[in-house]
Amino acid sequence: MRSRAQAWTLTVGFLALALVPVAAALTHQPFYLDLFRRMMIFAIAAVSLDLILGFGGMVSFGHAAYLGIGAYAVAIPAFYGIESGLVQWTLAMALAGLAALVIGAVSLRTSGVSFIMITLAFAQMLYYLGISINAWGADDGMRLARRSAFGPVDLANPYVFYYVVLGLLVVLLALGHRLIHARFGVVISAARSNEPRMRAIGFATFRYKLAAFVIAGAVGGLAGALLTNQTEYLTPSYMHWTRSGDIMVMVILGGMGTLFGPVLGAIVFLLLEDLLSAWTVHWQVVLGPLLVLVVLYARSGLYGLLPGGTHRG
Amino acid sequence: MLVLEQCLNGLQFGVMLFLMAAGLTLVFGIMNLVNLAHGSLYMVGAYLATAALGRTGSFLIAAVFALVATLAIGMLVEVVALRTLYERDHLDQVLATFGLILFFNEAVAIVWGRAALFTTVPRALSGFVELLPGLRYPAYRAVIILVGLAVAGLLYVVVSHTRLGMLIRAGASNRTMLAALGVNVRLLYTVVFGFGAALAALGGVMAGPIYTVLPGMGEEILIQVFVVIVIGGIGSIRGALVGAVVVGMVDTLGRAFLKPALSSTLGPSAADSAGPALASMLIYILMAAVLYFRPQGLFPAARG
Amino acid sequence: MAEPLLSVRGLRKRFGGLVATDGVDLDVVEGETLAIIGPNGAGKTTLIGQLAGSVRPDAGTIRFGGADVTALSDSARSHRGLARSFQVTSIFRDLTALDNVALAVQAHDGHSFRFWRPARGEAALREPARAALVRVGLGERADVPAGTLAHGEQRQLEIAMALATRPRLLLLDEPVAGMGVEESQRMVGLLRELRGSHTLVLVEHDMDVVFALADRIAVLVYGRVIASGAPEAIRLDPEVRRAYLGEEVTQR
Repeated sequence: MRSRAQAWTLTVGFLALALVPVAAALTHQPFYLDLFRRMMIFAIAAVSLDLILGFGGMVSFGHAAYLGIGAYAVAIPAFYGIESGLVQWTLAMALAGLAALVIGAVSLRTSGVSFIMITLAFAQMLYYLGISINAWGADDGMRLARRSAFGPVDLANPYVFYYVVLGLLVVLLALGHRLIHARFGVVISAARSNEPRMRAIGFATFRYKLAAFVIAGAVGGLAGALLTNQTEYLTPSYMHWTRSGDIMVMVILGGMGTLFGPVLGAIVFLLLEDLLSAWTVHWQVVLGPLLVLVVLYARSGLYGLLPGGTHRG
Repeated sequence: MLVLEQCLNGLQFGVMLFLMAAGLTLVFGIMNLVNLAHGSLYMVGAYLATAALGRTGSFLIAAVFALVATLAIGMLVEVVALRTLYERDHLDQVLATFGLILFFNEAVAIVWGRAALFTTVPRALSGFVELLPGLRYPAYRAVIILVGLAVAGLLYVVVSHTRLGMLIRAGASNRTMLAALGVNVRLLYTVVFGFGAALAALGGVMAGPIYTVLPGMGEEILIQVFVVIVIGGIGSIRGALVGAVVVGMVDTLGRAFLKPALSSTLGPSAADSAGPALASMLIYILMAAVLYFRPQGLFPAARG
Repeated sequence: MAEPLLSVRGLRKRFGGLVATDGVDLDVVEGETLAIIGPNGAGKTTLIGQLAGSVRPDAGTIRFGGADVTALSDSARSHRGLARSFQVTSIFRDLTALDNVALAVQAHDGHSFRFWRPARGEAALREPARAALVRVGLGERADVPAGTLAHGEQRQLEIAMALATRPRLLLLDEPVAGMGVEESQRMVGLLRELRGSHTLVLVEHDMDVVFALADRIAVLVYGRVIASGAPEAIRLDPEVRRAYLGEEVTQR
């Protein structure tokens, strides 16, 4: 159910993203290639969180854990000589999805504040686990010797990697869009709106919420695999709870429950981070209150300000 | 003997957790507010006490100053930022208080830097007490246990036997009715929040000498406090006490004994990683287990 | 004698110090309309909750359609043929009336682990939904957002959603709550039409509605059924008059 305005906005947006590498090459500023690629990777993470947070109403404060798992799923095999991208990235999604299944199965028995605290606790548990395993770098993390190998597609080439990420983002958004409007998506958002009613008419809401949780976790794992390829490095701090908070901010900033909003949210958040940190190393002292103000007064997010942006998904 | 000493350490950690948990669960139970920045008050208390100790040389003066100052900061935050959040949904509260955490962590780093601050145990308490023949325990830690139990007792008395306690219990079960009866709900909320902030500050003040004082210390303990509250039951002070002691014990004993216990079966080098790894996961596994059988926690407070 | 469609024995439920259901026994024969009445605080909604499966009883058994359903969840009972409407209107305010009912149809049309085809386009969901709306008299209002419907129309929507699940038994918690005279009469007319094809259990305060529809009445006081039988017998029962209708007597 796209409005024409929304279609236009999206086309322009993605065209702009596609042209970034060209602009970067022409102006000899490869830094922007890196920056926008990073933004798109977090956009993928934010969109995956939006599925459960924006559409499903599940306030999961532990999403960064799935990114971390995805990252480790690339780095650890690489450490042992397994460099096939297909193996690594499939493992990333599978393991992250599995973790989401276990964590979700326990956490979704609760709701409200309990759910928030429990997802936060489990994510932090994984963080502590990452810190304490010496073989995998413990506190200091691991280097990624080589990016994931995909045969002729050479991710070491920054342009190729950029378009791979862009391609993945577009594909995931398209799939997400179908999912939202299909039966599954309808169940998820109706369950957010009125769960007792859903149960009364015959939906076993738990299994659908868990499925959404697993899907979000798996895509988060993919984002993690991309992230570690991007930085060629990995530390347990990728899983730190403040990272979960960052991703959540991206979703809210961009527009919760709009599917495309979080892409904008990721871009704006990371741009802001980049600008502020250039200004002062203590940029978080500004970001903090800024965030409070956004929550209090600009709750509906930026996407609503764009033409066609009032359309949900 | 070692086991006994670790049990006492576990109790001491549990008591610290209780100080934080009691405040958090009260605020949640009465005002329905998820306050992630609760840990920040703990941190501010620790920093202010350390700084004041450095200036005045007297632990007592530093402690009092830190308590009062942190309480003031807490109330300021409540009036300025948190009041508007009472009516909002939990997601908004989580995000806004997350913003506050970022602010406090950075503010503290601006003033005192990112490196850990060190402060020492006050001279009067730097010795040992002989609790049992042959069992010597650091006096400071023993005092923490006593203070914590005293606070628990005080809370019990206040909640069960005073008018304030009655208002707290009534407010927890039916907020709107309370307002309809003419109780100044806003004032009640401020008082309850202040109570919680004071407890967090007390925790921070006592924590300074034995834990590392650095930005983000509040969140480390906060997440463990979440585990306590989930296990104990949201809104229940009794649950907070039981949960805190259990979590404190499990975590401390796990960290102390899991590695040596695994060493004999897995070999020392494997146990070197597996021990701490498993120990750090213990309380979360415990939480998952409790949730499996009782999703509302051990002592769920009845909500109206 | 055939087994009753719904059979409750020894149902008990307490919330802390409050006993909401204190040993309730009930039988509902297929095709009949049972009205449950009682003063405020008698535990009527808690009883409906336990029958529907959203509240877990502390003790007792519930049999439906010849099987023990006590341990079944509310969504599972819906699939056995038990439908429920809520005392406080519970619908999806942001969705259209048609979408609301289509959801109920979807719940009973296999599983919803479908990720590709837009649900809005599925005729298999829209057609039965539209039919249910027409049945309750909301055919013209199908594309209106449910939140903007009039209160009475929203209560009708609840009935439509219940009907769309093709139930054997309808649990209706105060179907005319908050309705004016005309709306109430329309609702009673609708429920009268349903009496033939469905078994109804309704909780109601409005005695006109009760006497217009009920084959049998059960009186619930302090969580216990103190009397049950034909409407005329209940009307004359002295204990009932004292406990329930007696309030009106003393007011005069």
